[in-house]
Amino acid sequence: MFKPLADPARRAVPVFVDGVETPAQEGETVAALLLRVPPHIARHTPVQETPRAPYCLMGVCFDCLATVDGETSVQTCLVEVRPGMRIERPRGKLRITA
Amino acid sequence: MREPDTIVIGAGTVGAAIAWGLARGGQQVLVLDGGDTDFRAARANFGLVWVQGKGPGMPAYQRLTRQSADLWPAFLRDLAEVSGGVQVDYERRGGIALTFGDTGHDQRRALIARLEAERLADDPASGATDIEMIDRRALQGLLPDLPLGATVSGASFCWRDGHVNPLHLLASLHAGFQRLGGDLRGNTRVSAIRPEAGGFAVTSDRGTWRAARVVIAAGIASPALARQLGLEVPIRAERGQVLVTQRIAPVLPYPCSGLRQTADGTIMIGATKENVGEDVSTSVRASGWLARKTVDISPDFARLQLVRHWSGLRSLSPDGCPVYVQSADHPGAFVAGCHSGVTLAAVHAARLAPAIASGTLSPAFDPFHNRRFHVQAAS
Amino acid sequence: MNSGHDILIVGAGPAGMAAAIELRRLGLMPLVVDEQPRPGGQIWRDVERQRPDVLRRALGPDYAAGADMVARFRASGAEYRPGTRMWHIERGLRVFLSQDGQAFLAEPRALVLATGAQERPAPLPGWTLPGVMTVGAAQILMKGSGQIPDRPVWIAGSGPLPILYMRQLLAAGGQIAGYLDTTPAGAARRALPQIGGALRGWGDLRKGLGWLRDLRAAGLRLQRGIRDLAAEGETRLEAICYRTADGRSHRVAADLLLVHEGVVPSVHATLSVEAPHVWDAGQGALRPVLDDWGMTGIDGLFVAGDGAGIAGARAAVARGRLAAQGIAARLGRPATADAIAATRAELRAATAARGFLDAVYPPPDTPIADDTIVCRCEELTAGEIRAAARIHRGGPNQVKAVTRCGMGPCQGRQCGYTVNRLLAETYGQTPAETGFFRIRPPLRPVTLRELAALEEGREAP
Repeated sequence: MFKPLADPARRAVPVFVDGVETPAQEGETVAALLLRVPPHIARHTPVQETPRAPYCLMGVCFDCLATVDGETSVQTCLVEVRPGMRIERPRGKLRITA
Repeated sequence: MREPDTIVIGAGTVGAAIAWGLARGGQQVLVLDGGDTDFRAARANFGLVWVQGKGPGMPAYQRLTRQSADLWPAFLRDLAEVSGGVQVDYERRGGIALTFGDTGHDQRRALIARLEAERLADDPASGATDIEMIDRRALQGLLPDLPLGATVSGASFCWRDGHVNPLHLLASLHAGFQRLGGDLRGNTRVSAIRPEAGGFAVTSDRGTWRAARVVIAAGIASPALARQLGLEVPIRAERGQVLVTQRIAPVLPYPCSGLRQTADGTIMIGATKENVGEDVSTSVRASGWLARKTVDISPDFARLQLVRHWSGLRSLSPDGCPVYVQSADHPGAFVAGCHSGVTLAAVHAARLAPAIASGTLSPAFDPFHNRRFHVQAAS
Repeated sequence: MNSGHDILIVGAGPAGMAAAIELRRLGLMPLVVDEQPRPGGQIWRDVERQRPDVLRRALGPDYAAGADMVARFRASGAEYRPGTRMWHIERGLRVFLSQDGQAFLAEPRALVLATGAQERPAPLPGWTLPGVMTVGAAQILMKGSGQIPDRPVWIAGSGPLPILYMRQLLAAGGQIAGYLDTTPAGAARRALPQIGGALRGWGDLRKGLGWLRDLRAAGLRLQRGIRDLAAEGETRLEAICYRTADGRSHRVAADLLLVHEGVVPSVHATLSVEAPHVWDAGQGALRPVLDDWGMTGIDGLFVAGDGAGIAGARAAVARGRLAAQGIAARLGRPATADAIAATRAELRAATAARGFLDAVYPPPDTPIADDTIVCRCEELTAGEIRAAARIHRGGPNQVKAVTRCGMGPCQGRQCGYTVNRLLAETYGQTPAETGFFRIRPPLRPVTLRELAALEEGREAP
């Protein structure tokens, strides 16, 4: 859907999306990254388990919710990538116990 | 529409259950509901269909509560039959009242023993006990997916308890009595009830209606309306604040006092009891305190996100028990008020509504007459 | 933990930064919090970043101008906490915030809400499918992460933002499949009475017309009077359908559709404290009632920027400065009469063309089909909302109670105006009579861990 314009000043930041090492760009938000990683979604909803992608990117739609470093339902459009960050795209309702 | 037999003032859980019961009995019912931002206990309800712990010093209330809990399955079947099915997420697998520390466990045991003694004194034929004290290990066995916090000492478990989605219940009652020909007028604020020959004239900002009978079920707005008919009904507001979390996979197989998991997966946490008058603002003192209580029950809850926090006003009588009364000066005018509108919905529909329709509240409702407060006030 | 500041500014966009700079100039020390990682707001998002030339040129001089404002904000000495979210305001201006998983309390004497605007939710069939996003979102991707659509993109809607974005996108080397203009027919004619103000605000309008001319010269396929726009697909967008002004239906393959139907003030915070609001019929939205400093009906609570009513970045800067001057006067550090007069004159100039723009781009009036999702969080359709209204005859709050519409994490930000419109239509009322959701905390989700760690909850309330 989206492609980054060439920008030599941006370093690659390695993160993990559902356990798979993925190169992100320094300074971008997690939501921006998820829009480049197939299947280009953030989650399946806890209501009817329909797939959703980031929609507004300005913190008001809550469709970019994902789990970041163990914290659930993070608005990924408000969080920048950090090296080693672990991002999980939830499917349905959260499980709080192992 | 033909002239109504009965006008019910208030479309909350109490008014709607009575209206449903009246319509089921063949009456033509008109229900008048207030504005969108009126105080509405029904909209803030926790959703327990709850028996245990209720009615110390008032065995009639214990009896009424037990009776209603037992009427619930038939009440729902009836509602479903008329409406072509209802989806209210009703479950009755028993309920848990958690205890904290040895003292908490002993206090709970003492309360349960008192209630049992009062129950048997009131009605020796009221059957075997429905409640037992369980220790921490037994409790953990009932809640295997939820590591208990260090201070949890056990619980009382009552098989009669259950829970329901109170908003869906209200929606089903509204749909049900309209399906039977009843009429619901929203955004209609009643200002005056005037006795006339053969009945009452009920005046609102949207017009005046007449009927032979009128039922005041307007929660904390009831006292002012009842006073117009010479009835003193001392119902006051008590604020309760409730928290709701994000949806999670099932962890709580039983409703607990102050904590239940809904069919949608959210965890409801409640509730404060605050004597602050007609004020529905919310406070972090309340959300902080409720969060602490919840994390004390299980540290696993700490990572849950609070999604909603609201407050509502309970309508409470001085002894916390319901008020059912017919005006002596103006027969045909009734007041029904209580704070357990969900638990008592079945008995309101199946027992109270037919009594109202017959024009006489049966002796079973005598203990709930408002004269009990006047006696206390005089002594 | 209490922040210990007399003045709290929420939002580090044009209004918040301008307020902070002015307060510092007048010798006062505000705390500025913002949920974004960097200052600039949406308009100047990530403006401090060094960029490749092509992207810098594409984003244009108005965007670049934000760098100067951000630099002055950084240099002002105002305390700034990014990544900080406000989740509860109690009476008496007790403001609860969270940063890095830790909640804290601020008890300022003056609070400036400079939280801006959001795009107006524009429900259409299939708008929850991955592949449907807002134009604002796409522009944020370009500013923040240098990303553009990798194939020719469909853009649909109304207002100045799509035109600006399309121009930026073409300049950055992107491609546009077509622009489907949904502006109601006749809006331009109805705007004529506002032309006087428009002439005073001529600069901005001329800029907009110039952009449109450039786009057409670049071969943009523009279709006006579009109706019945719909997105189709199983698990993601596969095609879009629409009807053109000549009545013909079209269906074309698409993997990305960007939509925009204008912007509305963010009013959740002011609604949550029950500050008085009015319905702005011209903008089809609520806005808080403000005095001529920008103070709400609640003493000490100010709103600056687009949260006060949509007026754009230049007006936001003026409003931010004016709120600062109002607060400074309250705290005994008044600005000079000349400075205040200059701010007011700037605000008048910056808002001159607004009535014309509102009339040219009125809120959408296309019918909402029963099977269209209204509440994205709870996945409820327009038909379900209409059915609830017919059975329960209640307002937005009763419909919310019986349907769960507005109870999800977004707290009605995506469905509030749609529910208002559906109920107004069902009951034959005006939007103002119909009312809006009662907004409750938390304004943003907060964990039980953060709540339990607060001193506030040590004893039962």
